[in-house]
Amino acid sequence: MAHKSNYVPHSAFEKWLDERLPVVRLMKDQFIDFPTPRNLNYWWTFGGILIFCLIAQIMTGVVLAMHYVANEALAFQSIEHIMRNVNWGWLIRYTHAVGASMFFAAAYLHMFRGLYYGSYKAPREILWILGVVILLLMIATSFMGYSLPWGQMSFWAVTVITNLFSSFDSVIPGLGTRIVQWVWGGFSVGNPTLNRLFSLHYLLPFMIAGVVALHIWALHVPGNNNPTGIDVKRSSEALPFHPYYSIKDGFALAVFAIVFAAFVFYAPNYLGHSDNYIPADPLVTPTHIVPEWYFLPFYAILRAIPSKLFGVVGMFGAIAVLFVVPWLDSSPVRSLRYRPLLKPFFWAFVATCVVLGYLGAMPPEGIYLLSARLATFYYFAFFLVVLPVVGRVETPTQMPGSITEDIMSNEQRRRAALEGGTPSGAPAAPEKR
Amino acid sequence: MANPNSTVDAVDDTDRRDFITVAAGAFAAIGLGPLVWPMLDQMNPDASALALGSVEIDLSPIAVGQAITIMWRGKPIFIRNRAEGEIQAAETTQISALPDRFARNENLSEDAPAVDRNRAGEGHENWLVVIGICTHLGCIPRGQRVGDSKGEFGGWFCPCHGSHYDTAGRIRKGPAPRNMEVPPYTFLSDTRIKIG
Amino acid sequence: MNSADARGAGRLAWVAGLVIALFGLTMPLHAAENGQIIRKEAWSFTGPFGIYDRAQLQRGFLVYQEVCASCHGMEYLHYRNLSEAGGPEFPEAAAKVVAASVEVKDGPDDQGEMYMRPGRLSDAFVSPFQNDQEARVANNGALPPDLSLMAKARPYGADYLYSMLTGYADAPTEVAMAEGMYYNTAFSGHQIAMPQPLFDDSIEYTDGTPATVDNYAKDVTAFMMWAAEPKLEERHKVGFRVMIYLIIVAGLLYVAKRRVWSRGAH
Repeated sequence: MAHKSNYVPHSAFEKWLDERLPVVRLMKDQFIDFPTPRNLNYWWTFGGILIFCLIAQIMTGVVLAMHYVANEALAFQSIEHIMRNVNWGWLIRYTHAVGASMFFAAAYLHMFRGLYYGSYKAPREILWILGVVILLLMIATSFMGYSLPWGQMSFWAVTVITNLFSSFDSVIPGLGTRIVQWVWGGFSVGNPTLNRLFSLHYLLPFMIAGVVALHIWALHVPGNNNPTGIDVKRSSEALPFHPYYSIKDGFALAVFAIVFAAFVFYAPNYLGHSDNYIPADPLVTPTHIVPEWYFLPFYAILRAIPSKLFGVVGMFGAIAVLFVVPWLDSSPVRSLRYRPLLKPFFWAFVATCVVLGYLGAMPPEGIYLLSARLATFYYFAFFLVVLPVVGRVETPTQMPGSITEDIMSNEQRRRAALEGGTPSGAPAAPEKR
Repeated sequence: MANPNSTVDAVDDTDRRDFITVAAGAFAAIGLGPLVWPMLDQMNPDASALALGSVEIDLSPIAVGQAITIMWRGKPIFIRNRAEGEIQAAETTQISALPDRFARNENLSEDAPAVDRNRAGEGHENWLVVIGICTHLGCIPRGQRVGDSKGEFGGWFCPCHGSHYDTAGRIRKGPAPRNMEVPPYTFLSDTRIKIG
Repeated sequence: MNSADARGAGRLAWVAGLVIALFGLTMPLHAAENGQIIRKEAWSFTGPFGIYDRAQLQRGFLVYQEVCASCHGMEYLHYRNLSEAGGPEFPEAAAKVVAASVEVKDGPDDQGEMYMRPGRLSDAFVSPFQNDQEARVANNGALPPDLSLMAKARPYGADYLYSMLTGYADAPTEVAMAEGMYYNTAFSGHQIAMPQPLFDDSIEYTDGTPATVDNYAKDVTAFMMWAAEPKLEERHKVGFRVMIYLIIVAGLLYVAKRRVWSRGAH
């Protein structure tokens, strides 16, 4: 939100700096004083959590890169060297591996929040699009990172996914094969492939950091959305980010860290696959090639569609469709709180994503294949049919006139509940802040 | 959370809130140390490097007058089984003739003088163990192989800038400022030493 | 979102999860594929407070050395690991003897030749074969895998290894065994190229533990678990401190958050 800067440099040095590079002013305006809607709930803490995840992955990653060797003959053994010999190597490696999963878990929850509360709608379309760009970069980064240990799953995941590009052969003969050999740097996945995956894996997180900066900038122009979807109209409806949301984000981060640490210290391999502790063997294919859990829904969509080319189109399409969500949803109402018709479709969409994830780990046959096809159909139908149609025919429920009104009616309801017991049929307790 | 007695409680609450917030912040900040330490410690030599930090050498194949070079922690170590004449020459040198009067022996204190018994093996005066790196600019002096020039003092000669070392590895002539260093080592038996 | 809806959905989800989890937890067998029979065993190292049993690891190493090492390498272990904290913790002198009892290829010497020398603590475990091809020739085309990571390289880990080592049985009449294969209830496909490795009384235990296949299997499995996860004890120890710290920090931050919010925001 463009608000007046009330930073006053105190010392002579601050004044000198402010005239040349107003970084202190920037920090104060954007991260301390920044007016943030007072009614945000805990779904809004995932942004801060994601920044922590990015920093954690970069720090542990840079340190791992001091010991990792990106060479076919040495990669697997260099990881074991890290686990066994490098001081605290086991901790740094497990944190990095679990961290990737935690990063995606937080990202998916952050995105579902965006869908539910209409945070993608005008004027936040670019904010949403930048978010999808970050998701794409995250997908590329984690795919490349998983290949680096050069275990069985590493090798075969790279082989399978890069082979997908050969589907372009059905569009222009020979094109797909040329592309695949260009990606591989050879006639099969090998040392040149591994080296370039490592180089790009190191590069992309810094590109993510850049897009995150744009993402926060794009957020700060209109300011945060809030659970009502109604714009902030008076300054009393907002609170300075610090101390209110800095401490709330800090608490949420501590809870997130508890879950993170529980995996790192007590179940570090639970989210992984045992086959990746077998060194890569180009002559032996694992019985079930399975990607990491956060790719399973896309993997299910890929295998649900019978044609190779359209399977690839579908898999990428599942992310591409996210880019145009702001223009697919026809409703002028942002928050699903007030959209009774869309709400069940949304929850069905969430369930579909979970089901697709489960099906991605199952063999693509029989009931699993049929379910994956139905789920894929609903995934695309939600975006391409439900969002445009429901917005036009839906009658939204009564919306509060403003955030203040929403908070006050919550207060009244809570007081009534405390004083006289909840009258039957009364709405549920107010939104927890 | 509405508080009807906000004015009264605000006064009471301020102190307690500040304490809790400060306590929370302090406790969180304490965690930064243990968080940062592994990131720094991982750059220290790892277990496999430390395991190679010491090396045991069997001295029995080295005949009198012979010398061998082995690697320890990436550095060359000269081990010479000195002949009687070489020991004599080293023992009879006056301290005043030495450019560097200190023993430079890691097994002894810093101020030990550079007499031959402070350079040669403890109780094994025929054995000389030194780090084979010229103290001038780091070249490896010649003198280990048969036929090598040993310099004017019968020890070693550094071809880079002409430093001459004697039979106790001490600098005698040339630009090198210090005697060749004696690494930390012990005799496990008469024929076996452990360096490092 | 409507809180009643969210609460209802949440309740349903966690009840369903609980039912599924309890069902899974109480079954004595893992839900393994292809009819593999993999029993759940009690190990000293499972759970957040799991540790290794030193005596068991020492016995397990003995079993590995006397039975397994003739075909299976453990190239990610070093002889010094045998005396380091968190493992079998043999005295350093004993580990030195173990190292010195094998020959390690070193060189080239000044003549340009490779030579053999006794092992040192800093050396990696010597594998029985120089490379995979040599291993196959010696084993009818089958490749005995390296065991350093085996406890992490199979689903169900230690439980699987124990079930496999004790799972040798006569093939049921309807199963046609391929040439040179042995029937095993836990192995995927039930036909394994390794003949039964463990037999009662084949290895002498000096600490009074009964010399049964069951104990050999348990001990060598525990040893393999340590070989795959030598830092397990340290991980659990540090983990405990980290969890306590984080729970305290979360608690303090929660109270601080409530106080900050009650001061200005209603």
